[in-house]
Amino acid sequence: MTQWERFLDTFFNVGVLTRYAPDILAGVWVTVQLSLLIVVVGIGLGTLLAMLRAYRIRLLSLSIVVFADVFRAIPPLVLILLAFFGLPNAGLFLSSFVVLFLVLTLTLAAFAEEIIWAGITSVDRGQWEAARSTGIGFTGTLVWVVMPQALRVAIPPMTNRAIAITKMTALGTVIGVPDILNQATTAQSFSGNASPLMLAAIAYVLLFLPLVILARWLESRFSWRKA
Amino acid sequence: MSNPISSLDVRSLRKSFGTFEALKGIDLTVSHSELVFVLGPSGSGKSTMLRCCNRLEEPDSGDILLEGDPVTGRSVNLNAIRQRIGMVFQSFNLYPHLSALGNVTLALRRVRGMSRSDADAHGMDALAQVGLADKAGNYPAELSGGQQQRVAIARALALEPKVMLFDEPTSALDPELVGDVLEVMRDMRKAGMTMLVVSHEMKFARDAADRVIFMDQGQVVEQGPPEKIFGAPEHERTRAFLSRVSET
Repeated sequence: MTQWERFLDTFFNVGVLTRYAPDILAGVWVTVQLSLLIVVVGIGLGTLLAMLRAYRIRLLSLSIVVFADVFRAIPPLVLILLAFFGLPNAGLFLSSFVVLFLVLTLTLAAFAEEIIWAGITSVDRGQWEAARSTGIGFTGTLVWVVMPQALRVAIPPMTNRAIAITKMTALGTVIGVPDILNQATTAQSFSGNASPLMLAAIAYVLLFLPLVILARWLESRFSWRKA
Repeated sequence: MSNPISSLDVRSLRKSFGTFEALKGIDLTVSHSELVFVLGPSGSGKSTMLRCCNRLEEPDSGDILLEGDPVTGRSVNLNAIRQRIGMVFQSFNLYPHLSALGNVTLALRRVRGMSRSDADAHGMDALAQVGLADKAGNYPAELSGGQQQRVAIARALALEPKVMLFDEPTSALDPELVGDVLEVMRDMRKAGMTMLVVSHEMKFARDAADRVIFMDQGQVVEQGPPEKIFGAPEHERTRAFLSRVSET
């Protein structure tokens, strides 16, 4: 066996690939579902928190800041392990899917809150004054005037952050979520061959490369022209 | 100028920022359809006074009345009273994410609860008043400064306010664009709009104002018809200000 044949046999073993492709595909489906859920709920929650913070109610704002800082500071893996292996001892049993969903959603929400808050504060005070001077209330001004501008500023960093967080669904492997990586490592141990891992890598590229390109496009598209 | 109830009444208005007393008891009355011009050096409190009139700045004490109705006080419905007071800002403050028409109709739709078609018809009227009906679909970034300011005026006019406040409406404009905005203000005056204007456009004050008020250090120093203020000012501070301004 030549070096090249050995390489192919290790990473692109056709027998192993065809044998385990369906499992990896099942993992792709789990990863896609999880990612969509995390992105929708995480960004939604982060947006809501940033908007609540705009009311500058002291205790509420403080709670939001503490939440955002804590969840941005702790590595998600630590929280995943804590929740999955710790909570049952406290009588709370969550499935591995739910644990992964909760931890990554809250982590994304924490980052999203900070990104959108930065967007809100970047909107000129004159925008608030103009809207309020026409009799639009605080909430109306926030919703109709400030948020559209804040979200636009937030789109590029938000896309990057959403990609970074959804890639972390691979962390679910350590608690047995049947995602892409988990299926691949399982297949790798059964077959004693690294091809399933290569297939997983390819699946991740196919899944995330379009998003990375989208992020790059958004970044140039939404660089805000000041009026 | 002999209306029984004046349009805008400001009584003993006081406002401090920290230890700095910006307004030291301002009394001011604007009659219906009157164009009152406020002059004064920077830091004289004229913008603060104007911003108190729709409570973008909260006064420390004093009363403000709009056609006899209180503007100040805790029980006032601020959003309702603000719809009767139009405001135009130095920096235009158009909403960059909305078209000219969108800027003009936002409050009509979200506060007045007008349908889109009603608001659009109303908004087009307002844009026509400032001569920009053909720019309805343009975004602020696509308009010149003068056009932006005229859209901002239309935004205020669309709510059919009883009084219009202008906070240095031409200060951010290139000189060649000032004329269009002043022209719109002249038209508004002819249409009978009540206007309180803070501005450095001396020439405009001279030919368009009914009355000129000179403010300095948070007080009204003197007021009168423009020919008196510009021709024969009584106070030394007014004379000093006018000679400084005319030199430049």
